[in-house]
Amino acid sequence: MRTHVMVDPLTRIEGHLRVEVAVDREEVVEARVGATLYRGFEQILQNRDPLDAVQLVQRFCGVCPTAHAVASSQCLDNALGLVPPDNGRIIRNLIQGANYIQSNVLHFYHLAVLDFARGPDVPPFVPRYEADYRLPKATSEALIAHYVQALHIRLKAHEMSAVFSGKMPHCASVVPGGVTVVPEVDKITTFLWRLKELRDFVTDVYLPDVMTLGEVYRDYWEIGIGCRRFLSYGAFDQDANPDVTKRSRFFRMGRVAGDGVEPVDARAITEDVTASWYRSASGLHPSAGETDPEVGKAGGYTWLKAPRYGGEVYEVGPLARAMVAHAAGTGSAHAKLLHDCMSHARVSVDQLASVMGRHLARAVETKVLADAMADWVLEITLDQPVAVDHHIPDEGAGVGLWDASRGALGHWIGIRRGKIGRYQAVVPTTWNASPRDARNRPGAIEQALLGAPVKDADNPFAVARIVRSFDPCIACAVHLVTPGGRLLGKVRVV
Amino acid sequence: MGPYGFTRRDFLRWAAAATAVTPFNEEFLPRLGTALEGAVKEYPLIWMQVSACSGCSVSVINTIHPSIKNVILDQILPGHQLFLNYHSTLMAATGRRSTDMALETARKYKGKFIYIVEGAVPTREDGAYGTLGEEDGKPVTMLEWVRRLAPDAMAVLTVGTCAAYGGIAAAAPNPTGCKGVGEVLTAAGITTPVINVPGCPCHPDWFIGTVARVLLYGLPSAREVDEYGRLKIYFGKSIHARCIHRDDLDEGIFAEHFGQTGCLLEIGCKGPFTMGDCPLRQWNSGVNWCINANAPCMGCTEPGFPDKHSPLYQRR
Repeated sequence: MRTHVMVDPLTRIEGHLRVEVAVDREEVVEARVGATLYRGFEQILQNRDPLDAVQLVQRFCGVCPTAHAVASSQCLDNALGLVPPDNGRIIRNLIQGANYIQSNVLHFYHLAVLDFARGPDVPPFVPRYEADYRLPKATSEALIAHYVQALHIRLKAHEMSAVFSGKMPHCASVVPGGVTVVPEVDKITTFLWRLKELRDFVTDVYLPDVMTLGEVYRDYWEIGIGCRRFLSYGAFDQDANPDVTKRSRFFRMGRVAGDGVEPVDARAITEDVTASWYRSASGLHPSAGETDPEVGKAGGYTWLKAPRYGGEVYEVGPLARAMVAHAAGTGSAHAKLLHDCMSHARVSVDQLASVMGRHLARAVETKVLADAMADWVLEITLDQPVAVDHHIPDEGAGVGLWDASRGALGHWIGIRRGKIGRYQAVVPTTWNASPRDARNRPGAIEQALLGAPVKDADNPFAVARIVRSFDPCIACAVHLVTPGGRLLGKVRVV
Repeated sequence: MGPYGFTRRDFLRWAAAATAVTPFNEEFLPRLGTALEGAVKEYPLIWMQVSACSGCSVSVINTIHPSIKNVILDQILPGHQLFLNYHSTLMAATGRRSTDMALETARKYKGKFIYIVEGAVPTREDGAYGTLGEEDGKPVTMLEWVRRLAPDAMAVLTVGTCAAYGGIAAAAPNPTGCKGVGEVLTAAGITTPVINVPGCPCHPDWFIGTVARVLLYGLPSAREVDEYGRLKIYFGKSIHARCIHRDDLDEGIFAEHFGQTGCLLEIGCKGPFTMGDCPLRQWNSGVNWCINANAPCMGCTEPGFPDKHSPLYQRR
């Protein structure tokens, strides 16, 4: 017998999300993911000074504003023909890198851990799903103690970012052409000391905690598989090649859809609106994207668009970056640590496409990134420029492709008469939480939910664990609006 | 007995049980210890994000004194404890269990709970652009939530410029008809006191200080807040009045390009038109602030932000 279950709101994510699943014989057989807020940022950005975009787009999301700042300034760099000096490139990397650590630590301890470890019986730890807490008491209590410790650690990561960005969240110093902040030795010193504390935490606490969780919840290496196609734009520029696809990046740009790494061609990205409430044409490239809402459009069930690459569904995020690093060979620190952790956990690369795999990929990249940042900060040259000057053309276009902590983030701008004529952002959660497309293929999270065990419809904890493993960020997914009606028929609201 | 119905005996039993296990209970022992003295005042809290980016929540958890552990798990002030009954990003509960918790808190602690709103309220098409949970098969709009919970609250605190004045969510052409909470409540004839704690994001000290003001001394009097509902202790002077670049201004040293030092007026600084104590307080544990990073002030604490201050990088 099919039971329909709806979880609304799915908490402990950024923003407002609802998930509906159909359950048959204790397994999810169909899933639809919708979001319940529309903000209309593309409309807000139109006709403004192009420089202002870098500040306004950060307000997509207070958890990952730095990613939007960097993607937007790279988009403007591209449109304005700017190449930031080395100091500008490095400082942008440090601002964003510190926030990667902040975001990944916050995701694991403050958004995900409570799905596995029972907190004390006071708000905000109660109420909760009362099922499937398997950790030994001491381990569970240690995880909750680390939850508290991680509050301090993520604060330190924010401080590191603010040392160069002015403040966090919503950094002030990232601009087209580079950054505004002038590096000084005391900034570098204070950054290094905080980084040391973070590296110790990631090495001694975060990564071991993820490995422990993976040992106890071994079935979660098989749950939440997804579409098995992975896309990464890469992040953290190591050179200043004007062609972004040829730029060397610490996390590589690439696609994995079988063996080996395939190149990324931004022209292959389209947005399908078959199941989305837009009257705009389906399958447009984001640079020509339209956002023309049609409430209650027939056949639609969400206002989230469905981005596709070459027509295919892709997963983005830490797992995608890990898959690209792994497929590219064992040379990188990223691939090496991933390999070591997989051996230690006795899991194959196929099993990485899972709830536990996503948590592991996030912890692994946090460690290798934090280690690398200790070198980057010493590459800053005092008394050298941090930005190049800009000139706004009457007409122009640009693209910024950059991986946020949650995955592939693309910004596209069209400049008309010296103002923003068109601005589109295709964000990680739009990829992962996308709805069905013209070929009726579900999005990445919808696919990952298939087969999820749901024994008790009142406690669909596996559903919550799967969705949270993607670290959805709904405020970022700017096209979203409330699905006004039923998605699947009569549902049980839990 | 506190609002949670804990008796002194409950606390004794709990404390005895807690001492038997390690390690995390140690984290909570200080609270139990003071609770035993019978002096702890407890305040249920509903913190609701509406058309928001979560940036204000993320900023507030950067508080250092008190630490965020104090704020959400222990006591925000010695003898005063908040219970975070609803916060969608932090709470363990999900789905209807979470929204039921908000409704139950409002019912059970009528007139006693603090209602914190983060983000602006979408009002166009009767609030259809933002919903949270559902009731009787229909999504409940954020507008409805605010209208429903605010009348029963002891006070409403708006966290951030969006909640206070509409902010970036309400920037032209304001596609979703976003408004600040005060404006929404006035339109609905709801008279619960509203205190605005603006900023994009809100500084953790401004939030904690405003809460402490209410807990220790009650609601601020009219002379303690300005015409925009902000506490004057934080928003009584302009950024410009206490700027670190006043000497540059006096000597005529102006930055003309990004990355140059000097007074930032020519590249768009809105410090003269913006109230706030950033030059003294600074951000992120005092490591930096916008102007100290050579970035012009954008006027993020002001009603009308961002439109009133746009273009951001041109002299007003």
